[in-house]
Amino acid sequence: MLITISQLVIGSVDLLAAFFLMFGLWRMSSPVTAPSGILLAGGAMVAAVLASFLYVFTVDAAARPDLPLNVGLAVGALVLGVGVAWWSGRKVAITAMPQAVALFNGMGGGAAAAIAAVELFSMKAHGAAALTVTLLGALIGSVSLSGSVIAWAKLDEILKKPLHLPGLQIFNGAVLLLALVTGGYMVFVTTGAATTLLPMPTLIEMFFGLALLYGIMMTLPIGGADMPVVISIYNAFTGLAVGLEGFVLQNPALMIAGMLVGAAGLLLTLLMARAMNRSVGKILFASFGPGAKRKQGAIKGSLKPVQASDAGIFMRYAKSVIIVPGYGLAVSQGQGKLYDFVKLLQAAGVSVKFGIHPVAGRMPGQMDVLLAEAGVPYDLIVQMADINEEFKTADVALVIGANDVVNPEARTDKTSPLYGMPILNADQAKKCYCVKRGDGKGYAGVVNPLFYADNTFMVYGDAAAVCVAMAEAVRGLGAPAAAA
Amino acid sequence: MSFQINIDGFIAIYLFMVTAFAGWVIIGRVPAILHTPLMSGSNFIHGIVVVGGIFTLLNASTPLERAIGFLAVLLGAGNVAGGFAVTQRMLAMFKPSGHVAAHHAKHGHAGKRAVPAAAKSAASKSTAAKSPSLKKG
Repeated sequence: MLITISQLVIGSVDLLAAFFLMFGLWRMSSPVTAPSGILLAGGAMVAAVLASFLYVFTVDAAARPDLPLNVGLAVGALVLGVGVAWWSGRKVAITAMPQAVALFNGMGGGAAAAIAAVELFSMKAHGAAALTVTLLGALIGSVSLSGSVIAWAKLDEILKKPLHLPGLQIFNGAVLLLALVTGGYMVFVTTGAATTLLPMPTLIEMFFGLALLYGIMMTLPIGGADMPVVISIYNAFTGLAVGLEGFVLQNPALMIAGMLVGAAGLLLTLLMARAMNRSVGKILFASFGPGAKRKQGAIKGSLKPVQASDAGIFMRYAKSVIIVPGYGLAVSQGQGKLYDFVKLLQAAGVSVKFGIHPVAGRMPGQMDVLLAEAGVPYDLIVQMADINEEFKTADVALVIGANDVVNPEARTDKTSPLYGMPILNADQAKKCYCVKRGDGKGYAGVVNPLFYADNTFMVYGDAAAVCVAMAEAVRGLGAPAAAA
Repeated sequence: MSFQINIDGFIAIYLFMVTAFAGWVIIGRVPAILHTPLMSGSNFIHGIVVVGGIFTLLNASTPLERAIGFLAVLLGAGNVAGGFAVTQRMLAMFKPSGHVAAHHAKHGHAGKRAVPAAAKSAASKSTAAKSPSLKKG
């Protein structure tokens, strides 16, 4: 009776949880509904976790004597994990969000791999199909765990340089192949189609070791600018691993939530790769070093430096300004100062909008979050596809800490590594100010002809300092009495 | 009567197929401005793996299984709590124009709100212009 009731309750709660997790994501279609969406999903999650303790009524006979211990450990792990992660999630800086997401994602992958490990060690998975699914989830989860940790270390700048070794891709291929062979061999042994050469626990340990190693070696050669794609892929991987282990545990809520995230991660990955003009395969498997050196055609025009104060005052008397923020702005922590300047412009009746490239920052949409943190209302933040037509009629484009995403070569020069990448049409504005620390090239190592264009003026300096200088110059003009 | 859940091979594949499609459709609707919260939000959602971890730990019968099960619950709990904390924090930051002036923000759709929002932002602009000491970001 208790068994039936507990199964009924768990089944119903998990059904509702699966629905509300999907519905929570559904509400993310607008900044207005998104906050309530995540709260609904959070409530569903709490309910599912609480209901899962009803599994005490259906545990295996072998585990029954130690049940109090197991329950105690589960509560302890739950309290400890939630406590530490909640505290660090509350504390982490918004600029450090990509690292945090990578780390929390790695934990999920690790949890899925750990579940698979218990299934394997306890020999609970019966039959070739169940064992194969368990192993597949274990492989993907382990790769996601170790890969995410490396991604976290790279984003946190603990690991600074991408690793480039000759033959690394071949080595990685061999590691993956060996892991697959080990897994396949385990399936054959369990089904009796092959004899054991090594004891099963050794095989299991080997399998996990290889999978973890593969995750590390696969992520090490990937450069910092490709991280948006990498985080997104590992997110999809963890989802997939969770979904597969959900099948092994016969838990449809895990299957649904996992596969949902798997598909979501896949879609996001493809969107990111397209916005960066790179193929997913190249990012993951091409150890792209210094590629073929290309002779860039002579660039007409010259760099014309101006003072930040002059640029600020010019914008004060403009009608419309579109700001193109890039990662350089985030590096100098200038978002708040930039918004101070924007508020002064708005007070003077200037129409100001932010044009955001999909891969501005170190993870998709990071620039949007950084601007939101600085207090910029979301209706001023416009995505590339929606704002590109407006540059033609804008008086000023203010490019601040961005480079490749405004390089007009991407439209015209077929030999450019940027060719085909969608860019923000800052060059089409009547006047363009570019805030940069120096004459450096962008990540793609390409000189940007925009900086040399007739209507472009360079403002040299740290993005935050330039914003302060521009704001001071505008304030120096006196109170804008005839506002609005 | 039993409520034991039994998902066999083909049913699982059907379930995966439908869910993957739903995920694709749901995520396709999310605007690029929310892609970071979306990523951390979907990160939070696969944290449901903690439920599987609890199931595994409760059924553990050897010290090894217990240790790995403990790890599963610990990591899963971290995934869930961390994912939720950062997502909720980020989403709370997205505010429309003029939210300082009018905090009772309970709108339906972005389109319906467009006109009053513009009016509010104009109002807040003029107040900010008149009394710079009052403005707050």
